Amino acid sequence: MAMPAEIPRAEPGFEPADASSRELHERLNTAGPDREAAVVELHALLLKAARFEVNRRRDSLPHLRGGDHEDLAQQSADDALLAVLGKLDQFRGESRFTTWAYKFALLEAGVKVRRRAWQGREVPLEDEAWVVLADARRAVAHEAETRDLIGALGEEIERSLSAHQRAVLVAVTLNGIPIDVLAERLGSSRGALYKTLHDARRKLRGALTQRGFDLSDTTDRRGDE
Amino acid sequence: MSKPDDRGDPARILAGALGPNGPELSCEECFAQLDRYVELELAGADAEGSVPGMRAHLGGCPACDEDHASLLTFLGTE
Repeated sequence: MAMPAEIPRAEPGFEPADASSRELHERLNTAGPDREAAVVELHALLLKAARFEVNRRRDSLPHLRGGDHEDLAQQSADDALLAVLGKLDQFRGESRFTTWAYKFALLEAGVKVRRRAWQGREVPLEDEAWVVLADARRAVAHEAETRDLIGALGEEIERSLSAHQRAVLVAVTLNGIPIDVLAERLGSSRGALYKTLHDARRKLRGALTQRGFDLSDTTDRRGDE
Repeated sequence: MSKPDDRGDPARILAGALGPNGPELSCEECFAQLDRYVELELAGADAEGSVPGMRAHLGGCPACDEDHASLLTFLGTE
């Protein structure tokens, strides 16, 4: 994947770490009763973040009962606690320690909610994606350039991609399967599948550019601001 | 990215299938930098300048984009 050569450090004058957050990190790195108290404190913070995330996504879990949401939050906080304690030496002090820790709880909760929302649901087949593409093509029937581009995109998905790249790209971008759900079903990881998706996209861009299409207008808005 | 009710949207299909144009972080790098990036955003600092490739990755990876939105929103409620 094309990466920036080096990720710069925090900007001069920007001081993200605050005293209480730093103190919690220091207490977690000690031994004895103070560490135990710090672990309890950390778990409470992680649970707060996990509950926030589960509640935020409550609409995607209409089949769950009230206690199930709390169970998900507790499991997320427990897993996040293990992750944070196992990676304490990776905290570089570039943000508040609590912000660094919260992201683990939010990740755990987000992944668990997405997977629970898809539990028991079948992943749509590739065939459905061709229907999606055909619908999109019809929707822009009066815009010749976009219509032709979508048609060519479908051709290159079939022609230029490996079977694995095609399966991942179609599932995530055309059929709307959350990448964490797909990773679980394929026994893979978000990072590995995204790398596959990235390579597939690069192949498609290359093939379509070679066919003379201008792709400058197709990037997600956030990507080219 | 694609939700069941907007899967046929042509602009979304093209953005999703073709992704960001240019360098972007990986999911692992995104997670490693997420806390710092969000704090810079909340402080009104130049987050993208400090973590180049993050914005492109968030545009291309719906899962990381959701994690980013979650952390940003959660810290905003603190």
